[in-house]
Amino acid sequence: MKKSFDVMIVGIGGQGTILASNVLGEACLIEGRSVKGAETHGMAQRGGSVESQIRIDGEFGPLIIPGTADLLIAFDLLEAVRYRHYLKEGGMMIVNNQLVLPTSAFSSGQPVPTIDDISTMLDGEHTAIVDATAIATAAGSPLAANIALLGAASHTIPLRVESLIEGVRRCVPQKTIPINEHAFLEGREAVKSI
Amino acid sequence: MEKRYLLGNVAIAHACREAGVDFISGYPGTPSSEVIDTLRTVPEPGCHLEWSVNEKVAYENALAAAWCGCRALVTMKHVGVNVAADPLMTSSYTGVTGGMVLLAADDPFAHSSQNEQDSRMYAAFAKIPCIDPASIQDAHDGIIRAFDLSEEFGLPVMIRPTTRICHSKGDIELGERATGHRKGTFQRNPKQYVVIPAHTRILHKELNQKQPGIRKRLIEYGFNTAVVRGEKAVIAGGISAEYIREILPDDISIATIGAYPIDEEWLAAFVSRHTEILVIEEMMPIIEGAVREVACGQVIYGKKNGYLPHEGEFSPSIIADALLAAGYITAHPFPTVSPAGNLPVRPPILCAGCMHRSTFYSMKKVFKDGIFPSDIGCYTLGLQLGAVDTTICMGASITVASGINRSGEERDVVCTIGDSTFLHTGINGLINAVYNGADIVVVILDNRITAMTGHQPNPNTCLTASGTESPAVSLEALCRSCGVTFVETVDPYDLSLLLDTMKRAKEEKGVRVIIARQPCVIVARRAGWKRHKYMVEADTCTGCRLCIKYGCPAIEFHDEVARINDLCTGCAVCADICPAGAIRREVKR
Ligand code: SF4
Ligand code: SF4
Repeated sequence: MKKSFDVMIVGIGGQGTILASNVLGEACLIEGRSVKGAETHGMAQRGGSVESQIRIDGEFGPLIIPGTADLLIAFDLLEAVRYRHYLKEGGMMIVNNQLVLPTSAFSSGQPVPTIDDISTMLDGEHTAIVDATAIATAAGSPLAANIALLGAASHTIPLRVESLIEGVRRCVPQKTIPINEHAFLEGREAVKSI
Repeated sequence: MEKRYLLGNVAIAHACREAGVDFISGYPGTPSSEVIDTLRTVPEPGCHLEWSVNEKVAYENALAAAWCGCRALVTMKHVGVNVAADPLMTSSYTGVTGGMVLLAADDPFAHSSQNEQDSRMYAAFAKIPCIDPASIQDAHDGIIRAFDLSEEFGLPVMIRPTTRICHSKGDIELGERATGHRKGTFQRNPKQYVVIPAHTRILHKELNQKQPGIRKRLIEYGFNTAVVRGEKAVIAGGISAEYIREILPDDISIATIGAYPIDEEWLAAFVSRHTEILVIEEMMPIIEGAVREVACGQVIYGKKNGYLPHEGEFSPSIIADALLAAGYITAHPFPTVSPAGNLPVRPPILCAGCMHRSTFYSMKKVFKDGIFPSDIGCYTLGLQLGAVDTTICMGASITVASGINRSGEERDVVCTIGDSTFLHTGINGLINAVYNGADIVVVILDNRITAMTGHQPNPNTCLTASGTESPAVSLEALCRSCGVTFVETVDPYDLSLLLDTMKRAKEEKGVRVIIARQPCVIVARRAGWKRHKYMVEADTCTGCRLCIKYGCPAIEFHDEVARINDLCTGCAVCADICPAGAIRREVKR
C-alpha cells in the first residue's frame, strides 16, 4: 500500500522546520521524484508546537498516519516526545539536544522536566541525540542548526547526499550557503556511527 | 511547463498569473493569506492589487472590476464570506463580464478559525459554480478553469481549497505566465447593474436558466469523474478523494466530486450501477444529500447514519474506519498508537515583548472585576492571561461590550480590538456605542499591522499591499469624529503611564477610548530595531514569581530564581513589575 518514505519534522514555531522540509522537497525535485507535504502556518507559529510532514515519493494526500512515519526529526527534546507516536516500529529519530520549556511549564507549578529526564525517555537504538546548535555554531552560525540536523538525518533519508546539499543551496539565503553546507556535512559526520 | 515544489497558496497565486488576472483584492485570513502575499511581492505584477479593509469591500471592488471586463480575483477565509455575503448573493444575479473568481479558503478542524463552516453551501445558496480541489495541482488547474467558466456563464465562480491544500506542499506542474492585461471599461446597462425589483426578477430567472448548462460543463471539464469497478462504490469530494485513493481496494468503484453543482443525471447513472455507496466529504453532507436524492434502493453510508463525523478534518485513518464499518475492508490498515501523556503543553503565545501583554496586564490590574470582550487577532491569545472573556467574529468586541453594558450588567466593561480589526468592522460598533449611550472602555491595540495572518499592511500602516506609501489614517481623529471625548494614546511599554491612563478612564463615564501604540515586535525586528536585552540579578531575585505570572516567554524559572533567555526583546516591562528591582538592562562587557 504505502510506497512513500514519510518524514515528520517537528519543533517550535520560528525554529525553521519549514526551511528544513523545503530542502527535502527540492531534493526530491532534483531527483525527479514526487513529493507531498503538509505544514503548520497561522496562529501556532507564535511559539507553539509545529510540525512539517514530508512524504518522499508521495502520490496521495499530504498527511502522515500516526504509527507509520519512517523518520522523525525533532528540533527540541520535548517535541520529540510529543510526536514520537507518529513513528513506525523501528523508525529512526534524530533529535536536537535542546530543550526550550514552554511558559506553561513554569506557571503550572508541576515539576519542570530537565534535558537529562527527557534524553533518558527517548534513549534507544533508533534514536540519535545531536547537539545541532553547537555544530551549527562551529560551522559559523547557530541559525544553521536546522540544516545540521538534516545532515545528521541524511544517512536515513532515501535521497542522494548531493541532491540534499543542492537542496540546501537552493533554500538558504545566498550569503549563508557556505555556512549551511558546512553545517550539513558536520551534522552528517556527527552520527556516522549509526 | 516547469515543475516546482510549492505551497498550495503559492501554486494558486502562480495560476492566477497564468490566467492573466488583472485585478486582485482580499482581506487576510488563515488559510488564504499567502495567495495575495505571494502576488504582492512578485516583480511586475502588472495588475491592480490591494489588501482591502474588509471582505465586503474587497468583494465589491473585484465585482466592479469584473463588470468593467477585467479578470478579477478576490480572496478571503471562509468566515470572510459571511462579511462578503451581501454582495455575493446578488452578484450572481447581475453576473459579470470579465472573469471573477472568489477564493474562499475553508478550515476544517478550525486550525486557525472561529468555526468550521462549509463554503460550498454559500456557492449553492448564491447559485454559482464551486470548484473543490482534491490536491494542489487541482487547485492550480482549477483557478485557470474557473476564469474560463466565469466568462462562459457570466457568473462569479468560487474555488474553496481547504487548509490541507492551502498549507500543504507538492511538486506542481506550472504553465506560462499570461502576457498583456485588460483595461477596464464600464458599459452602462441598468437592467443588469441596477437591481431594482423589476430588473432583479428577470435576472433571477436568467440565473436559474444557466444552471443545467453549468452542470454539464463541469462533467465535460472532468471535475467530476467516475470509474466503475464493482458492486460497491465510494463517492468522495475535495481532499478526501486523495485520502481514499491511498487505501481503496481494487474492486470498489470510485467517483470523485471536484465541482458543484453536481449533474443529477450523471450521478444517478453512477449510483444505479451499485448496491452500496459510501460517501466521504468533510463538513456538510452535500454530496450525500444529492446521492440520497437519486438513490433507488441502494444502501448509503455517510454522515447521516453515523459512518463519518459531521465535524473536523478527515485523514486516511478516519476514512479507513468508515471503510471498515461499512464492511468494504476486513481489517484496519493502520496501527493503533497514542501520544505521550502528561507533557507540558505548548500552545501559541504572545511574543516576548508583545505590546498586548502589558496592556492586558494593566487592564486586569485597574479593572479588577471588569468584563473583557475581545476580538480576532494575535491578542485573542490574551485568553491565557485571563483578559479575554468573549470573541465571536471580526469587529465584535465593541458591539459585545456595549450590549453587555446596556443589558444592565453593572461591572466595568473594557474591550480590546486591534487596529486592523477596528478598521475592518469595529468602527461601526464604536459609532453605535456612542450614539446609543454605552458606558464602556475601548482599548485599541495599535501595532500598525495585521499581525496574526502574517503581517499584512493595512491603512494604519501607511503602506499599500505593493509597498507604496499611503496617506496616514488617524485613529484618534476617527474616534473623536464618532463623538468620543476621552481619547488617550499611550506607549504600552510605559507601564506607569498605561496604569495611570486606565485609572483615569475608570473615573469617567460614556465611551472612553485608549489607543495603546507600539509596533509589533516581529515587524520591529525585521525593520532592524534593536533594544537592549534585560536580565535578572540572581542575588536580588526573591523568587516571588510575579514576573513569571506576567507570562513573557523569555522569562524562565530555575532553582528558585527567575532567568531571562534570549527571546527577550527588551520591552522593559518586567523590570517595572519586579518588586525587588532584580531585573535590569543587560550591560555588555
Ligand atoms: S506577532 Fe506581533 S502582535 Fe503578534 S504576538 Fe507577536 S508581537 Fe504580538
Ligand atoms: S524585557 Fe522582560 S518582559 Fe520584555 S521581553 Fe524581555 S523578558 Fe520579556
